[in-house]
Amino acid sequence: MAIIVDERTRVVVQGITGREGQFHAMRNRAYGTAVVAGVTPGKGGADVEGVPVFDSVRAAVAETNPNTAMVFVPAPFAADAIFEAVDAGIETVICITEGIPAHDMLRVYSHIRPRGVRLIGPNCPGVLSPGKANVGIIPAEIFSEGSVGLVSRSGTLTYQIGHELTQLGIGQSSIVGIGGDPVVGSSFIDILQLFEADRETEIVIMVGEIGGAEEEKAAAFIAERMAKPAVSYIAGFSAPPGKTMGHAGAIISGTSGTAQAKAEALRAHGVQVGANPTEAAQLVAAIAGAAT
Amino acid sequence: MDLYEYQGKELFRLLEIPVPDGRAASTAAEARDAAEGLGGQVVVKAQVLTGGRGKAGGIKPADGPAEAESRAEEILGLNINGHVVRRLWVERASEVAREYYLSVTFDRGEKKPLFMLTREGGVDIEEVAASTPEKVARLHVEPLTGFQPFEARWLCFAAGITEPGEMKQVVDIIKKLRGGFSALDAMLLEINPLIVTPEGEVRALDAKVTIDDNALYRHSRIAEGQASEDGDPQERMARERGVTYVKLDGEIGVLGNGAGLVMSTLDVVGQAGGRPANFCDLGGGAQADSVVSALEVITSDRSVRGIVFNIFGGITRGDEVARGLLEALDRLTIDLPIVVRLDGTLAEAGRALLAERAPQNVYVESTMLAAAGRVVELAS
Repeated sequence: MAIIVDERTRVVVQGITGREGQFHAMRNRAYGTAVVAGVTPGKGGADVEGVPVFDSVRAAVAETNPNTAMVFVPAPFAADAIFEAVDAGIETVICITEGIPAHDMLRVYSHIRPRGVRLIGPNCPGVLSPGKANVGIIPAEIFSEGSVGLVSRSGTLTYQIGHELTQLGIGQSSIVGIGGDPVVGSSFIDILQLFEADRETEIVIMVGEIGGAEEEKAAAFIAERMAKPAVSYIAGFSAPPGKTMGHAGAIISGTSGTAQAKAEALRAHGVQVGANPTEAAQLVAAIAGAAT
Repeated sequence: MDLYEYQGKELFRLLEIPVPDGRAASTAAEARDAAEGLGGQVVVKAQVLTGGRGKAGGIKPADGPAEAESRAEEILGLNINGHVVRRLWVERASEVAREYYLSVTFDRGEKKPLFMLTREGGVDIEEVAASTPEKVARLHVEPLTGFQPFEARWLCFAAGITEPGEMKQVVDIIKKLRGGFSALDAMLLEINPLIVTPEGEVRALDAKVTIDDNALYRHSRIAEGQASEDGDPQERMARERGVTYVKLDGEIGVLGNGAGLVMSTLDVVGQAGGRPANFCDLGGGAQADSVVSALEVITSDRSVRGIVFNIFGGITRGDEVARGLLEALDRLTIDLPIVVRLDGTLAEAGRALLAERAPQNVYVESTMLAAAGRVVELAS
């Protein structure tokens, strides 16, 4: 099964003629993902290594029937691209673009949420379901097929944890990077809910970082609503208050939002928290070992 | 990006939110001229991006130009929480009958703008919010609807602002904040205190404005004013070179690719008994040019005794990363120990390349924990 992307995924790539868009669209296709169309306004009729390019998402939908949009459009135009995908009836939008203004995302979020559209990102590495589909920039070679669901706010840290799991012989059902911006389309809880319902996923690992209160909310959700075991790792214990560490979202204000507060909330709800990526992977391995 | 009070007040004036007349000054003579132009009693205010200015002696009243000049001399150069005062705001003194607090901020939890209004404004607002939260009226507003008068009325009634003339003015200011919040791409617009004069006039005595960094491209005038502002010397150098860098106060320089991974590296350095000197993120890859800039910024901090370079090769392959790093090291002369942890795609090839060609002060490790332990050991 896996979540969000799988064998049934048909991707339209918005911004396919850009350098990054083209590079990753081709990588995703080489992985076996059905990349059925690209959209770049003004370049309709062209093709990118055999993938037809359309002027609009509506035109791409009419011709190629995609169900997922991957957005690589530059930040000033990215919100418009998401609105366009939703207008054309796309159900799942995965937005890789970083640097989108927060107020743009506020409007996008408020518009799509009541319509039931699933948005992953922005400023995220995308979603990989090993052996099935890869939509985004996650280096698939680091991961392997299995039953651990991985959800994270970070990019390279996600790869780090996946790598640690793979080295311990533990594969993954899906890897979801939800992004680190102040407004992201899907929260930890949204993704945990999908993992809980997914038959292939047996254990979940949640990788958080300083800022906001999403990890704390997720801790309560795990305790009250999930039967599957969950492990967590939180980055940013050494981050001083009031400093921004690269991710717009990773801002500490006052005492809430610190790594310490998040780890405590998770432990208080019975979630094991690794002190570093290696230990977090070992905690997953211990649960997986006990289950077999 | 945080704005200075004088910049915030200029924006308020554009939004037609009432503020006292005032002028910016960067010398005592300019402060004198400003006071002369304004006439009467003035207040000389330090322009620094930190709280507690009043308590630190950064805000002083002056009776006329001569006194404004000497107050300015006292305040310029003051060090307030590590921020040196280089600029002043001289404004006409206001008579204050009551002090309120009004703000709109970006609530990322609810994904909506959040308004807060209380009659207990002034210096100890955080204390008020913590000990008597019932005195602070809070309202989340819908991002897509635009201003609705009931929102402002509700806030006023909930905060206990019911005198009709006063309420009308506060409602009007809320309306303007609501519009300005989206128009300016603000993350915070805060007025503390929002004062009521003995004559019943409501106006903003302070202005705290934070603009979304991601949206600065559409506010070029605001961005310009800030480009050359002060701050930590390493952070200023980093800004000039386009390096994502945050100064910390330890002795282990840290750089890596990806904010989450670098944050995690700070933590493992701490767990190994060291103290990180900085946060430095190269982003996705590790091209020679960006590595050179990053290392120059990191080593300009004299307290750095060792550097840990944590790279996880994803799409950027390990051997490419190693070549970039070797090229960067060729162009720099660094005597400090540098521990490189290289892992991920084609990491073995990269590590082999480094082992073969890197200078003697470069140590290669394959795990984060080993690298952190190594750098702490070498730096002590």
